[in-house]
Amino acid sequence: MSSIFQSSIGKKLIMSVSGIFLVLFLLFHMCMNLVAVFSASAYNAVCAFLGTNWYALAGTAVLAFGFLFHIVYAFILTVQNRKARGNDRYAVVDKPANVEWASQNMLVLGAIILIGLGLHLANFWYHMMFAELVEAEGQYGPTEGAQWLSYYLSKWPVAIAYIVWIVALWFHLSHGFWSMLQTIGWNNLVWLDRWKTAAKWYATIVCLGFAIVVLGFAFEVFPLLDNCCSEAAAECATKCADACSCK
Amino acid sequence: MDKTINITLKVWRQKGPKEKGHFETYNLQNISTNMSFLEMLDTLNEQLVAKHEEPVVFDHDCREGICGMCSLYINGHPHGRDSHTTTCQLHMRRFKDGETITIEPWRSAGFPVVRDLMVDRSAYDKIMQAGGYTSIRCGAAQDANALPIPKPDADEAMDAASCIGCGACAAACKNGSAMLFVSAKVSQLALLPQGRVEAARRAKAMVAKMDELGFGNCTNTGACEAECPKGVSIANIARLNREYLKAKLKD
Ligand code: HEM
Ligand code: SF4
Ligand code: FES
Repeated sequence: MSSIFQSSIGKKLIMSVSGIFLVLFLLFHMCMNLVAVFSASAYNAVCAFLGTNWYALAGTAVLAFGFLFHIVYAFILTVQNRKARGNDRYAVVDKPANVEWASQNMLVLGAIILIGLGLHLANFWYHMMFAELVEAEGQYGPTEGAQWLSYYLSKWPVAIAYIVWIVALWFHLSHGFWSMLQTIGWNNLVWLDRWKTAAKWYATIVCLGFAIVVLGFAFEVFPLLDNCCSEAAAECATKCADACSCK
Repeated sequence: MDKTINITLKVWRQKGPKEKGHFETYNLQNISTNMSFLEMLDTLNEQLVAKHEEPVVFDHDCREGICGMCSLYINGHPHGRDSHTTTCQLHMRRFKDGETITIEPWRSAGFPVVRDLMVDRSAYDKIMQAGGYTSIRCGAAQDANALPIPKPDADEAMDAASCIGCGACAAACKNGSAMLFVSAKVSQLALLPQGRVEAARRAKAMVAKMDELGFGNCTNTGACEAECPKGVSIANIARLNREYLKAKLKD
């Protein structure tokens, strides 16, 4: 018997398990972001907590592997599927009504997510974790996460790019969530519709959670509790941080 | 009263597997709306033969929706637009006067064109031969009460067994995946005690054959279920995944 991971279902299992992992990670990530809605000091405490200690680094490494597997197998599967489909295309195509648009465009949506991820790593992860690792000097220290959020998200192109990213994520998750459960075989006639509904709920909650933070900082209304930090754009942020308890 | 319509057909013509194909346009006058779709094609072929032209090759057999021989991608849908209907059960009353109907063969690497609208679907037969049966000797039929089967299981097994092996699922799939067919064939047996005996071996053998023949990896788009003339559910695909993963983990 050949290895399970050489089979089509085995490869899909890798997609599914890495997908489940990413789905859980997103939920966690969203919860952390929401802290910034209320309090800059609390958010900065989270930034400090998830700085350069072994558990945060280990978590990041595992996460990177999760992404890597998901993305590599996304391309492997897509290449195989295009080959299985063949080069002859139908002259007339009429998509059946109940086929989700997202389900047929998962790679494109994934690619948008990947580009967004590049942007995100360069601007947040680099700033909050990598800078601390190499002890680089920046405008804001790695634990001044809230100030960085205020400064960075008040730039319109950045905020818009994040919203586009989140919309692509919604579509990817609205299909991916139930697809991953179908792939591991945890589905039947009754649960099919339930999981599909749960997928929309999950995608909506997570994406709203992310979008609220982006919009709230773009319009400079966050953090709600110690707002002195967010009023300040780039120039006075450091001063502000001294003034309130953001340190 | 017999209503008639005039239609334009755009039919895929291809001399052989290696030949380049093209669309040919035919005008048909006074087609009775009581005709079946295949009778309409018969009419076309009679006219072509009368003109000493090559008739259009297409697959058909029972013409009552049970054998799975008929195929055809009609106006962008395998077996035409109507749900739960095979091409042979499709009637001309479903088309409008003056309509242009585009007829294509299944287009998937797993089903190469043999000629015109006929494709080679023997790949599905090979998957069946790999394990889509029971080989246990069960003797004469026993008393029904001796082997009670829950009604929901019996129903689901029957629904899976309604698959006629037509290939519309793979033809409709953007991934060229045969999972709906394979999952129906695995499920119809996996749900019943007689089929459980060889369930693990069957799932592994049929999936291995499916992969070997180059069918794609299912990404759960659901186009197969929407186009399947028998309404086979993708819940069967979840069962196949389950059966296969369980069998592999046990090894
Ligand atoms: C936070 C990021 C991401 C999350 C949470 C996520 C989640 C998921 C989930 C849950 C699935 C369903 C797995 C299955 O059907 O078994 C999936 C499938 C898929 N993902 Fe992602 N993904 C992410 C990023 C990406 C990226 C960056 C790419 C590609 C560049 C990608 C490409 C795909 C493809 C092609 C599929 C297969 C479609 C399918 O099986 O339904 N994803 N993703
Ligand atoms: S599952 Fe449906 S579409 Fe696929 S071969 Fe069987 S009857 Fe045809
Ligand atoms: S000819 Fe038998 S199913 Fe259509």
